[in-house]
Amino acid sequence: MSTGASPLLPHVSGRRRRTDKIMRGLLAAATVIALIPLVLIIYYLLYKGLKAWSGSFFSTDPNGNFFGDPGGVRSAIFGTLEIVGLATLISIPIGIAVALYLTEYGKDHWFASVVRYFVDVMTGVPSIVFGLFIYIVLVVSHTGGSGFAGWKGALALALLMLPIVIRSAEVVLLLVPNSLREAALALGAPRWRVVWRVVLPTARPGLITGSLLAVARGMGETAPLLFTVSLAFGLTGNLNSQMNTLPVQIFTDITNPRNVIVTRAWGAALTLVALVLILNLVARLIARRSRMA
Amino acid sequence: MEASATVISGDHSALEGSPLSRLPDRALRYGLTALAVAILLLLLYFFIRLIGESHDALSKFGFSFVFGNDWDVSRNIYHGAALVVGTLITSGIALLIGVPVAVATALFLTEMCPRRARPALAMLVDLLAAVPSVVYGLWGVFVLGPKLQPVEKWFADTFSFIPFIGGGGSSITPGNYFIAGLILAIMILPIVSAISREVLATVPAENKEAALALGATRWEMIRMAVLPYARPGITGGAMLGLGRAIGETIAVVLTIGNAPTIGKHIFDQGYSLAAVIANEFGEAANQPLHKSALFAAGLVLFIITLIVNIIARWFVSRGTRGQRGAGGGAIGAVAVGGAGE
Repeated sequence: MSTGASPLLPHVSGRRRRTDKIMRGLLAAATVIALIPLVLIIYYLLYKGLKAWSGSFFSTDPNGNFFGDPGGVRSAIFGTLEIVGLATLISIPIGIAVALYLTEYGKDHWFASVVRYFVDVMTGVPSIVFGLFIYIVLVVSHTGGSGFAGWKGALALALLMLPIVIRSAEVVLLLVPNSLREAALALGAPRWRVVWRVVLPTARPGLITGSLLAVARGMGETAPLLFTVSLAFGLTGNLNSQMNTLPVQIFTDITNPRNVIVTRAWGAALTLVALVLILNLVARLIARRSRMA
Repeated sequence: MEASATVISGDHSALEGSPLSRLPDRALRYGLTALAVAILLLLLYFFIRLIGESHDALSKFGFSFVFGNDWDVSRNIYHGAALVVGTLITSGIALLIGVPVAVATALFLTEMCPRRARPALAMLVDLLAAVPSVVYGLWGVFVLGPKLQPVEKWFADTFSFIPFIGGGGSSITPGNYFIAGLILAIMILPIVSAISREVLATVPAENKEAALALGATRWEMIRMAVLPYARPGITGGAMLGLGRAIGETIAVVLTIGNAPTIGKHIFDQGYSLAAVIANEFGEAANQPLHKSALFAAGLVLFIITLIVNIIARWFVSRGTRGQRGAGGGAIGAVAVGGAGE
């Protein structure tokens, strides 16, 4: 390869070699550049957010006082967990069921292709539009007796998570070897038992990974909650009322002129990112372990 | 099941079971199909309702809702050209900055990076997708915007002869088109990069080896054998990124400056379709026409992203053609933030 004139390869001119070096250097530099924002964001989250993580940060609710201690983020954390929990309960079973339809029943049928297409299109719908959908259909009409409500936010998040669950579950279900299905069918098992006892257990780690990533995605969404749950200060277990959530609290705290409240926004952001990252890492660990097995 | 009883009775085998035992199977089959139908119908219903809610504003303002430049809440006039322009400028900046970096990262990871460092680096890039948009907004408002302000001023003054860049050196605010576009560039980077990686992995090794065997350097191999093959897929990935950038709300509303006018240069304050909905939603509650205008903005946003996504998917599926389900796999993987890695 080098200048030691090889009879087989044409001589590589200095200019070409320099271009090669420069371009390879640029590609490597771009990768470093891509990672700079991640490093900076994590640095600032820790630097500014840890200051807010005092004793009462996790044990008090925001109080809306104009002076003094603005309170912590307890109600926001619980609100996020409740709403995302409900969204998970809705979207995961439905999502996996639709994926099962696609892989076990629909396959190459034209209707399956239509479903697949619209699910793909759904992944591209801006999250704010899902918020508007739920607002128009459920909030304006005061369905369930209240306008804004936690469960409506959960529905918006579920709509948002659904295509992610369906697509990731379909990819995983397709990986289940057909020989397993055929073996079970040959033993006389009906289709539904094959699905329940063979396909789903085999795909379980992958399904869990995809679901966790969908949950992580839903957890960080702000826009849909703005239009469906709105905001409240106090801690509540009532999903039929306005609730506090981490993303919406961060969003409203950012625009507040008081420094203590902006600090609280950083602390809440650090909390939210920590929750999302933990879900991501657990998902990836499960994915890795299942691949080794 | 009586799998051992292989006696043929009547016109079907014993293995098939009685019609009764096949009942749950039928139920499951039709149940799952009905579920899929229900979801599609639900989407359709939402879409129709959204059109209904935007009807007031669209019928009053007609095409000037999109092309007229006069968004004035106090006079109850909603001509949203400034919003459309803001959306286009910010996502354009996001593409210009984000796509080259994302594709270069994907090339580095697939063609140059030592095999052992690859998964870790890919995971780090994917983690950018895990940061919630409100956190990007927070960081943009309090760190990126203020820190870049002097740099923007210097840039605008130094290159003041370039149209759309120079001009307002002294009036630059921390929130403007450029900052919003830069934040969007960071946000679409992981998606574009993940799709590009997926597409680059489908380039046949024979093509690359042939280029190298003919004496090409590594960069020449990438330029002549890899990129032409992967171009449709990468284009599709960039379009998917564009779709994300157009629809992003919270990070943009916090960093774009929220001025309902068309900025004179890229460091000017502006507004975007998504940002206006999030920002004016509260005050619009008691003004039906204003509210309807915001829904119309949502409808325009929805339709634009729909078109962009449909084109993107066409490109991606063309880019990974021949591999059964590869395109869907790429999209599925990307949808979950690179789970397919």
